[in-house]
Amino acid sequence: MTEMVYGSMPVRATEPVLPRWWRTIDKWSLTSILVLFGIGLLLGLAASVPLATRNGLDPFYYVQRQAFFGGMAMVAMFAVSMMSPDMVRRLGVLGFAGAFLALLLLPFFGTDFGKGAVRWFSFGFASVQPSEFLKPGFIILGAWLMAAAQELNGPPGKTISFGLVTVIVLLLALQPDFGQAALVLFGWGVMYFVAGAPMTLIAIIMGLVGSGAFFAYNSSEHFARRIDGFLNPDLDPRTQLGYATNAIQEGGYFGVGVGEGQVKWSLPDAHTDFIIAVAAEEYGLILVLIIIALYGTVTVRSLFRLMRERDPFIRLAGTGLACIFGVQAMINMGVAVRLLPAKGMTLPFVSYGGSSVIAAGVTVGMLLAMTRSRPQGEIGDILFKRGR
Amino acid sequence: MIRTPLRPLARILEARVKGENPDSIERENRRLRHEQIRDKARNRAEGRLLVLGVAFFVAFSVVGARMGLLASTEPSEPRATATGAEILNQRADITDRNGRILATNLLTHSLYAHPRDMVDPARVATELGRIFPDLDPEDLHKRFTDGRRFLWVRKKLSPEQMQAVHDIGDPGLLFGPREMRLYPNGRLAAHVLGGASFGAEGVHSAEVIGTAGIEKALDARLRDPAMAGEPLKLSIDLTVQAATTEILAAGMKMMNAKGAAAILMEAKTGEILSLVSLPDFDPNDRPAPLVAKNADPGDSPLFNRAVQGVYELGSTFKIFAVAQALELGLVNPQTQVDANAPMRWGRFLIKEFKNHNYGPMLSVTDVIVKSSNVGVARLALQIGGLRQQAFLKALGFFEPTPVEMVEAPYARPLVPAKWPEITTITTSYGHGIAASPMHLAAAYGAIANGGMAIKPTLLHRDGPPQAQRVMRAEVAHAAVDMLRQVVTRGTASYGDVAGYEVAGKTGTADKPNPQGGYYRDKVVNTFASVFPASDPQYVLIVTLDEPLDTSGSEPRRTAGYTAVPVAAEVIRRAAPLLGLRPTVEAAPLDAVTAVRN
Repeated sequence: MTEMVYGSMPVRATEPVLPRWWRTIDKWSLTSILVLFGIGLLLGLAASVPLATRNGLDPFYYVQRQAFFGGMAMVAMFAVSMMSPDMVRRLGVLGFAGAFLALLLLPFFGTDFGKGAVRWFSFGFASVQPSEFLKPGFIILGAWLMAAAQELNGPPGKTISFGLVTVIVLLLALQPDFGQAALVLFGWGVMYFVAGAPMTLIAIIMGLVGSGAFFAYNSSEHFARRIDGFLNPDLDPRTQLGYATNAIQEGGYFGVGVGEGQVKWSLPDAHTDFIIAVAAEEYGLILVLIIIALYGTVTVRSLFRLMRERDPFIRLAGTGLACIFGVQAMINMGVAVRLLPAKGMTLPFVSYGGSSVIAAGVTVGMLLAMTRSRPQGEIGDILFKRGR
Repeated sequence: MIRTPLRPLARILEARVKGENPDSIERENRRLRHEQIRDKARNRAEGRLLVLGVAFFVAFSVVGARMGLLASTEPSEPRATATGAEILNQRADITDRNGRILATNLLTHSLYAHPRDMVDPARVATELGRIFPDLDPEDLHKRFTDGRRFLWVRKKLSPEQMQAVHDIGDPGLLFGPREMRLYPNGRLAAHVLGGASFGAEGVHSAEVIGTAGIEKALDARLRDPAMAGEPLKLSIDLTVQAATTEILAAGMKMMNAKGAAAILMEAKTGEILSLVSLPDFDPNDRPAPLVAKNADPGDSPLFNRAVQGVYELGSTFKIFAVAQALELGLVNPQTQVDANAPMRWGRFLIKEFKNHNYGPMLSVTDVIVKSSNVGVARLALQIGGLRQQAFLKALGFFEPTPVEMVEAPYARPLVPAKWPEITTITTSYGHGIAASPMHLAAAYGAIANGGMAIKPTLLHRDGPPQAQRVMRAEVAHAAVDMLRQVVTRGTASYGDVAGYEVAGKTGTADKPNPQGGYYRDKVVNTFASVFPASDPQYVLIVTLDEPLDTSGSEPRRTAGYTAVPVAAEVIRRAAPLLGLRPTVEAAPLDAVTAVRN
């Protein structure tokens, strides 16, 4: 008996990894992300040339770098998306711990690249922005805490996560990096919302925010000027926003043609914050709408797939990841079309930036891992709850 | 420690009775409760996720729609606007009393540069230097290349200059539309109008603000958007102003004066028909004020002698003392007063002109006609200092004139701080008290119009003015009658203009020396006149600064030889323009000759 068993192939109770991955992954989102990354490279060919020229480098130097980092991001994305939610949670929490530590060390070892805010660690060939990696890590940790709070006799996870988000927002605001702070806060907010925030509390918070904005507008001249400048229909054409608006108008429906755009030469942030303007000028409204549709697909599809999710941790983590991904894209494009006040924020996967694209890869990898189809107890529901 | 109750208690108790293990029952119960909580959370999350998903969909759609909207609009020429308050550039025109334009706006362009867009800054600088000789090409080139993004080159361009700049053809040179203030009559009424310059400037428009004169005094009215397009109507008559200016300029030259001023005012309303100060300037190209340390602002052409110039106006004041004495009933025109000169008062000696003695006794009328210092001093002593001050105050000599010019409030009369009797004496013949010709015009207006203290104004009024009576009408008529005799048989005989019954009083005052005392050979000559004497309509004040009549055998500096003939000439020209009919005097009866045979 023993001999017959000895040395035989171990029986695998589960399906092989890759086929199961392919069967359960959200193929629409995956495709959208790959297309977005491709568009990012395509736009990089147009948008990063002026930067390379300014820095005296080979014209497509930044495209090559982006392709390299993008490749790493793709690898990270595929690897993470193949993990089980438990594994994602473990690594995510560890990653959060690392990123949080890195954030704390920033004031001592960080650099500001002459931009006034200490946000980066410089490693010579590349730089890393810890807050980019902190976001997905925090979402995972927060989702875990909130999910645990829903258990019977669970820990007070919502309170702990609130304390945590407060500390992180303060740390980021001190850099100062209000954009990332707002994103982290937003991610926590949607998770809390989905985890069952009381409606009265939501109403109170909205009221407080509204009246706070009202008082800030009336009492702070600086704030009022920013808002007035945003609401003012006249736009100073010598600002980045002015150039961006002009580029979108120049592009029209079908663009001025590949490589024909002018805005990238005037905009210092053409390859990052205002890459959508480059897209609009050279390829027209068509490409812009495609980009918007791709981001919309990833975000909205992920949210709808999470609707029937049974596991609270997976549901919350997926929600947080999808929302910060979608909102970052939306803020970036909303600024370019003046729907939102000016705020520097990169377009995930499309904007140039090493740590940004890898962090986006990790984020989306986690999101894909969360939105994989898995048994949701439908049979059990049908069998046990019928007639209840 | 709070003990968690066993659930479900009933079944557990039952199980205990039966001797079964209650733990499995409790575990089963916990599992069910957990599933219940989970399902509840899941159902709630389902709804909220749907809300989130829809919100994201809507938000992305809005961004897309906005992109489409932007893409479908035509790109407009990039234009910069000044943020903040909008610049209002509508400034009302100014017209004279007949609606003729004194100040209006003209569309022009300013020239500014965006050096970063400039193709060839060196060439642009050279070409601009050729078009505008006052610009230094090297300096311009330096400013084009020092990294600034924006600079003004010119505030106003003529069409020819604009075309020439166009022809440079550099994209870094840009034009901004401007409304500039234009004074089509040039120097005419320059001091009244003052001038205007640009205030807040933007690329699209610039604010035009008044810098002096009525432009500054009524700046708010002229810029009021509610009254835009409605011209400001002044009381000035352009024709009369031109005639007065011409004659005054000629007279100033002939009398070798360094400055002159004239005010022609309607006696009954206080409306100023003409206000001239010479030398003058062109408000379209206002000269810079004098900046030298010890420069006298009075030497600048910007100085308005008629309003700003505060002078001792001399014998023209005598009529006020006489009028007050009549008003108080102290004397009548025929009363004889002691005019024995010189008169000793304490340690002071009051003398007449050239040490004459008109006395021992003079009638009140002759005190004015002969301009007797002693006679009027005696009258003033009878009146007393307090009453004299009150009367002069009522005539407006203690306050700046209310005329609508920004300079007027600063021309405060110089009034002695203390008022001993010697001040009463000197004030009665116009020494020791200094006022502007505008003050004098207002006071003579009160005499001319029958005793009403009117306020001089530059604005055309519709209704009758508010005025306070300062003397009885009979007193005013008597005073005018005396003034008429000054012209017919007194010191102002050169002032008689046939048919217009000029009445007036001369005044010659020594100019005060800044080092103290008075100059011996520098005088201010004034002729204050009203006409026609039978029903005075107009007041004319003519003042000459440091005149010298060299037409006679010896140089003469008295007003009768300088200011009076100039004033007479002004009346001769201006009275017909004012529509005043000359009273044609019937030829004397004995001169009638038979026209037949």
